[in-house]
Amino acid sequence: MRPLLMKGHERPLTFLRFNRDGDLLFSCAKDHHPTVWYADNGERIGTYNGHNGAVWCCDVTRDSSTLVTGSADATVKLWDVASGRCLYTFDMKVPVKSTEFSVGENLLLITTDPFMGAPSQIHVKRRAKNVEDQEDDTLLTIKGPQGRINRAVWGPLNKTIISAGEDGVVRMWDAETGELLEQREAHEKAISSLALSPDGSHFITASADKSAKLFDTRSLEVLKTYQAEARVNAAAISPLLDHVVLGGGQEAQNVTTTSSRAGKFEAKFFHKIFEEELGGVKGHFGPINALAFCPDGRGFASGGEDGYVRMHHFDPQYFTMKA
Amino acid sequence: MAAKVRWGDSIDFDDEESDQEIEAVDDKSLPPIQVLGPDEKGIKTIIEYSFNDAGQKVKVVKKVRNKREKRSKKVLERRNWAKFGDAKGLGSEQEHRTMVSTEEIWIERRGLQAEKEAAEKKAADPLGQLAQQGNTSLMVCRVCGKKGDHWSAQCPYKDLAANSGDFGAKAPEDGERPGSSSGKPGTYVPPSRREGASAREGSEMGGGRGGRGRDDNSIRVTNLSEDTREEDLQELFRPFGPISRIYVAFDRETKQSRGFAFINFVTREDAQQAIRKLDGYGYDNLILRVEWATPREAKG
Repeated sequence: MRPLLMKGHERPLTFLRFNRDGDLLFSCAKDHHPTVWYADNGERIGTYNGHNGAVWCCDVTRDSSTLVTGSADATVKLWDVASGRCLYTFDMKVPVKSTEFSVGENLLLITTDPFMGAPSQIHVKRRAKNVEDQEDDTLLTIKGPQGRINRAVWGPLNKTIISAGEDGVVRMWDAETGELLEQREAHEKAISSLALSPDGSHFITASADKSAKLFDTRSLEVLKTYQAEARVNAAAISPLLDHVVLGGGQEAQNVTTTSSRAGKFEAKFFHKIFEEELGGVKGHFGPINALAFCPDGRGFASGGEDGYVRMHHFDPQYFTMKA
Repeated sequence: MAAKVRWGDSIDFDDEESDQEIEAVDDKSLPPIQVLGPDEKGIKTIIEYSFNDAGQKVKVVKKVRNKREKRSKKVLERRNWAKFGDAKGLGSEQEHRTMVSTEEIWIERRGLQAEKEAAEKKAADPLGQLAQQGNTSLMVCRVCGKKGDHWSAQCPYKDLAANSGDFGAKAPEDGERPGSSSGKPGTYVPPSRREGASAREGSEMGGGRGGRGRDDNSIRVTNLSEDTREEDLQELFRPFGPISRIYVAFDRETKQSRGFAFINFVTREDAQQAIRKLDGYGYDNLILRVEWATPREAKG
């Protein structure tokens, strides 16, 4: 395959997300401009200008009308996807690491970093149907553990919130009361990302302990472990085949001190069930920070420390590839 | 074709029209664009003519396949969005933000390849074991002509044979070929006619089974599904016996399987067995048809 190289960001990529139809790709980077691209030809549609810090995370509504971004400039912004206009700004006072719409998009999940002695926090905010009615009040605040929460997602039917962070522990919280329901000390090192399967029944975590793990969403039981050769920064679950893809590589600060081959900046495909490595896709000049599968499973995008987004459309051979 | 055509010339020749047509039309005018098809595979052929920098007429044949994709209305609507933010006012051409990778990237299957090689070795082993049982003529040393003991490469007399052709002379006495007489010294004898080659030829002829060539052990498999690959056929037919060749027919243009394949077995008995067992066998929801491949003489 010949991937599309999308050079829109001047700083390392942090997050990638497709809309539900799979025709738009949203990319976030440490530069301040989240960007939207056409996924099939890689054409840049526009940038969402307004943040003053690294943008860590984004989410888009099911109808692809509204985008939410969370940034280290301590704000969460709602955007009109088509025009790039900022609709609303939540002032969180502390840097934001992750944000996500709930199922039904009436609620918004925001995690904030530990800052000035305060612990990391998970916030739930109400999203108004009309942007004019949008209010800033918080429905629920969960005082998190020490250490940063790198990613939090909604559990089934918005009843739970699942968070993963620097302490390597996956936690499940009650989304109504904020009570800690379950926790699993799964990884030895920090968990850098967490991605749900398309049906939400299981999720995958990527960790600096050079492994990725598959969890059951309801019980937090560890179902599978995928062993990589270098730290894993991102992971995604294929919606089409029983594959998962892991991305990572050695830490960016060490890149210049070792040979390029030691980097292992590959997107590695594993069989989801057999935990076998299927193959690797090379290309990035630095560690992979973000991964996302097309919603139809016929391609995937990877974002690297090198500032490039690489959009891969699979060859026919991929679909007949045998384990 | 009286003059010799150098390779460089021949390439030019391919690109240009034939001489005949150049005479027929005026030098300045170009024939109209011809569009042929689309044929049953949906391939349209477009023939265009143009002048190149050297003033020569160039014929360009393009083959195009149209693909229809379903898109939702919303997606089509989003196609027409105006650019905004940093991309405002810039078309895709002016932007130079996106390029297609110049290098082809494959999913490298490193861990798996090693496994595959190991599996191939395993598959090769029973072949050797079979030969060691002595009931086949599969393992015949080309150097000393000994059967079922070692392959030619491992022959203990290999070095000696290179110095003198003597060990060739000890080969089994089936060398009735004309060139086998080591008549005039200094004349060139092709390797296949040399004395030492007799043993090899014997093995290639399937152990001289009634003088049948290996084409005769070839079977044709039709009504295969489009995504059947060589490996699948290997898996399906290997249990019947050693296979010397598998050929799956692919369409040159569409790169799709044409639904038939040829399989050559080492022995005729195995091929017969495969036909008996697999003709009418259900594979990938299709009923296979397995039969002897028609010999080449019958075609012409």
